[in-house]
This record gives sequence, C-alpha cells and structure tokens, in this order.
Amino acid sequence: MSAYAIRQLAAKLGGLLLTLLLASIAIFFAVALTPGDPVTALAGGVRPTPELIEAIRAEHHLDDPVWMQYLRWVGGVLQGDLGTSFVYKTPVAELIAPRIGISLLLVAYAVVLITVFGIGSGILAAVRGPRTDRAVLIGTSIGVAMPTFVVAIVLIWVFGRVLGWFPVYGTGEGLLDNLYHLTLPAISLAVLYIAYMSRITRGAIVAQQHAEHVDTARVRGLSPSRIFRRHVLLNASPQILAVSGATIAGLIAVSAVAEQAFGVGGIGSLLVEAAARKDLPVVQVLSLLLVTVFVVLNAVVDVAIAIIDPDSVKSRRSA
Amino acid sequence: MSIGQLARGRTPAPARRAAAHDPLLVAAALVLVAIIVIALLGPLLAPYDPDQLYAGAVSAPPSLAHPFGTDDLGRDVLSRVLAGARPSVAGPVLVVAVSTVLGVAVAVASAWFGGAVDGIASRLVDVIFAIPGLVLAVLAVAMFGKGLLAPVVALSIAYMPIVVRLVRAGARAELGRPYIAALRIQGVGSLAICFRHLLPALLPAILAQATVGFGYAMLDIAAISFLGLGAQPPASDWGVMIAGGQPALLTGAPEQSMFPAALIVLTVLAVNIVGARTTTWAEAKDR
Repeated sequence: MSAYAIRQLAAKLGGLLLTLLLASIAIFFAVALTPGDPVTALAGGVRPTPELIEAIRAEHHLDDPVWMQYLRWVGGVLQGDLGTSFVYKTPVAELIAPRIGISLLLVAYAVVLITVFGIGSGILAAVRGPRTDRAVLIGTSIGVAMPTFVVAIVLIWVFGRVLGWFPVYGTGEGLLDNLYHLTLPAISLAVLYIAYMSRITRGAIVAQQHAEHVDTARVRGLSPSRIFRRHVLLNASPQILAVSGATIAGLIAVSAVAEQAFGVGGIGSLLVEAAARKDLPVVQVLSLLLVTVFVVLNAVVDVAIAIIDPDSVKSRRSA
Repeated sequence: MSIGQLARGRTPAPARRAAAHDPLLVAAALVLVAIIVIALLGPLLAPYDPDQLYAGAVSAPPSLAHPFGTDDLGRDVLSRVLAGARPSVAGPVLVVAVSTVLGVAVAVASAWFGGAVDGIASRLVDVIFAIPGLVLAVLAVAMFGKGLLAPVVALSIAYMPIVVRLVRAGARAELGRPYIAALRIQGVGSLAICFRHLLPALLPAILAQATVGFGYAMLDIAAISFLGLGAQPPASDWGVMIAGGQPALLTGAPEQSMFPAALIVLTVLAVNIVGARTTTWAEAKDR
C-alpha cells in the first residue's frame, strides 16, 4: 500500500469513529427524549410511592444532566456494562449473550448461500451465453421483489404443510440440529440478496469482459480460463466486494424478520420484543450493536478493496 | 425558448415510442394503475365489510361466495385485501414524499452553498446512512409506540441519505454547466435558477429514485407490520394480514397469507420495472 492509501485509510478510520460517536449520541438522546417517564417503566407495573420514585431516580441517576447520563451509558457500554432491562430486571448483557450465537449462525448461513448462489449465478449469467443469461435475469427480477417475510410464509407452507423436510419452528439442540433448523430461515433471508448480488456480479463481469486490458490479454494468446481468473474476475472483485459488505451489514437488521417468522430466539427477535414492550435499555444497546457492526463491516470491506486494488482508493476518491 | 430549455434538450420522443413497444412496461403500468385505483376505492370495491365476522365460515377455502376464502375469524379475505391496499400504499407514498422533499432540499443547499454547509450535510448523511432503516424504524416504535406513524417518520429519515447523495452529485454537475453561468449573468435570481432550471433538469433522476424508493419502503413497512410493530390488528393492512395468516399455513389455508403477500410482490415487481425504465430514461436524458 502506498503512503497515500494509508493516509486515506487513516482518514476513513477517523470518520468511522466520528460516525459511531454521533450515532451513539443520536440513539441515546432519541431514547432519553422519549415521551413518558422512565420511572413508570422502572417501577414495573406497581403504582410508585413518592419514596420509591425518589429511590428509582437516585439509583438510575435520572436527576443528572442528560449529557452526564450519556457519558455514564457510553462508559458503561465500553466496559461491558450494558444496563438493566426494564421488563426482565436482569442485565442486558445476560439477555444478549445466550442469543447472539444463533443470530450469528443464521447470518453466516445466509451469507454462504448468498455468496455461492448469488455470485455463482452472476458469473454463469455473464459467461454461459444468452440463454443462461436470460434465465438468470428472469429469476433475479422476481427475486429482488421477494422480501424475507414473503419467502418465509411460502417456505413455511411448502415445508411445514406439504413436504415436511425441514422444521419450520425453533432452533434445536447442538450445532448440526441448529443448522438444520436454520435452513429455512437462512433461505428466506438470502433470496432477495442472492438476486441482488447476482445482478451486481453479472454487471461487474460484463463490464470487465469488454475492457481494453482483457482484449489485450486475448491478443497475447492467454487461455480463456486464465484470462477469466486473472483479468476479468480479479478486476470485477472490488465492485462485487463493495456491494457484499453493504449487503451483509443490511442482512443483520433484516434477520429479525426471519427470526420472528420461524421462532428463532436470536437477538433480532429480542429487539422486536423489546421494542414492542418499550424495553428501552435493551433497544438502545441492540441498536448500537447493529449500527456498530454495520459501520465496521463497511469499513473492513473498504480496507479489503484498498488491498486488492490500491488504485480504486484514488479513483473512487476523485470520482 | 430559454437558455435552460435549450440546454436540457427536448422531451425524448424515442423514449415514448419505445414504451409503446415494451409489453412488460405496459403490464407493469397497468398493475400500478389497478393498485392505485384499489387504494383509492378499496372499501367501495369490497364485496363484504372487511371487519365483519362470518361465524359460519371460519378459515373457509376459496369459494364463489368468498373467492379468496375467509380468515381465522371468518372475515372475507378478498374484502380485507382490497380494503388493506390504502394503508399499505399510503405508508410508502408518505415515506417517499417526505424523504424526497427533505433530501432534495439538503442536496441542493449543499451543492449551491458548498463549503461548511456541504460538510455538515454530508456528515449528517453519513450518520443516518450508518443506521439501517429497519433498525431506525424499530427504535422509533420503541420510543413512540406501535403503529404506522413512528416507522413512517423513521423511514422518511432513513431514506433521505440516498436521495441526498444522488441529487447532490447531479446538482453539482448541472451547476457547473455554462447555461447556469449565463443565467446568472442575465441577472436571474438564485431561487428562480433553482426552481425553474436546476430542479426541472434533475427531475428525471429524482423521479427514478422515488420510484425505486417506493418499492423498498413498501417492503420495509410491510416487514414492520409483519413483526407486529406497525399497523395493529384488526387493521386490514397487508403486512398484518400476512402475519395473521401464518398459523393457517400449517392447517391448510394458505390463502390468508398468500393473497396479501402476492399483492405486495406484484406491486413491488411492477414498481421495479417502471423504476428501471425511468432510470434508463433519466440516464439517456443526461447525455
């Protein structure tokens, strides 16, 4: 990497930290300014006596200025103290810890499906001739209009009622059983993104196939498979990678829908339940977590692109 | 003919002729017109009261009396789907309208003034961009309670950055053109240049983005309702109906979920086709 690229990445890292800081402020203040007195929620259903209100306000530092409360919250989060759930009265960390594994597994499963079928079908569409291209085009046109909840109900009907090959509810015990249970949720999550990735991949490859450097390689007499790997795919990869990063990051938020539809007890369904019950500490932490993952993933992809193709940093900058 | 009109060129007649020879586009447009008509007239077209319970026909299969069957409470699914078009379409329309107006205003201001205004605007856009729309919508529900209002407001904000980025780039390119300088020399005011020349030139790109945005907004709002955080039962919103029909999938009455789901997919497909053509048209016009 050139010094220029390193400077660009340092600037990127600074921007990332600033974005995270501002996002955490936005999330905290949005919730802090929420209509309704948090004391009512904290009292947990009982009509609070003045003494109880006093005790709750003191315990949660509600009489401090709001920026002090923000600093205390962020400081706590950085040290692993994620606060206490209004609804369960347990530490938020204890709610998240047992659920995060299954969510990661679900997202990873969907990412594998998207990579294999999305990028795979995109490559096929680009190289296999017009009939394959047309078939993939029709498939992806329908795919991009198939959101997770629609695929989910089709799968639940087909597999739950008609075929019965895969379970349509719950998570199971042990890794293999987990994967078995997560198959349909992962497919429901992946379909729209497979179609999207397929289109991006095809477009990136077709653009490279007609590039001058590929013609040059052909004239030099290189074998078609070598041309494809070294010249077409390698040069198309930054664009494919850029979209993959944003896609995976978005996937984490949408996984809540798949979890809810198939009764998977992950952090997505925890977030939905917490929002429905106004469990603000849980919603705050999970939003911050999802935003952090989203921002960091996008930054990691930018770095990966800069390593594969250092020129792209410069050219994208000037574009 | 003003300098601005000369610079922009005439309406591309070939694009209009191409539309006539594009059966897919015609079909998509017809679907959209039908959806709009249903959204406007829905409850009038419904053969039954969408909230009326027919105790004799609970989870009934499709029949002549109930072409789409009835749901688990004995309500006519066809009537509910027709009545549900309005809330299901109104939400995304609001999201697109608000995010487009806000986004265009921010984009034109930052392209026009540049400097600090541009810097602050792009930092703001970066932060909003870092929060996925669905997360922002769930956060809004946690704050303001279940219902369509909170998600619509949240998504209007979440959809703004993409409008800002697109329009800002277009506005900067347009402002650099000689005809803008010529208009300024003629003494035309800033607001007049913005509203009479800049915005009309950007309109095709803005419309293309709005069309695509409508499809995404429809899916996001339906997802929120499906999660139980948006429109609340017994409302006949399509997302609510899909979630409500989920148990019946396993008891052999898939129509309850499938019909509203099919309408969402059909609407989004049609919007995507029209959006893709509008984008091509906007790009062709740019050259």
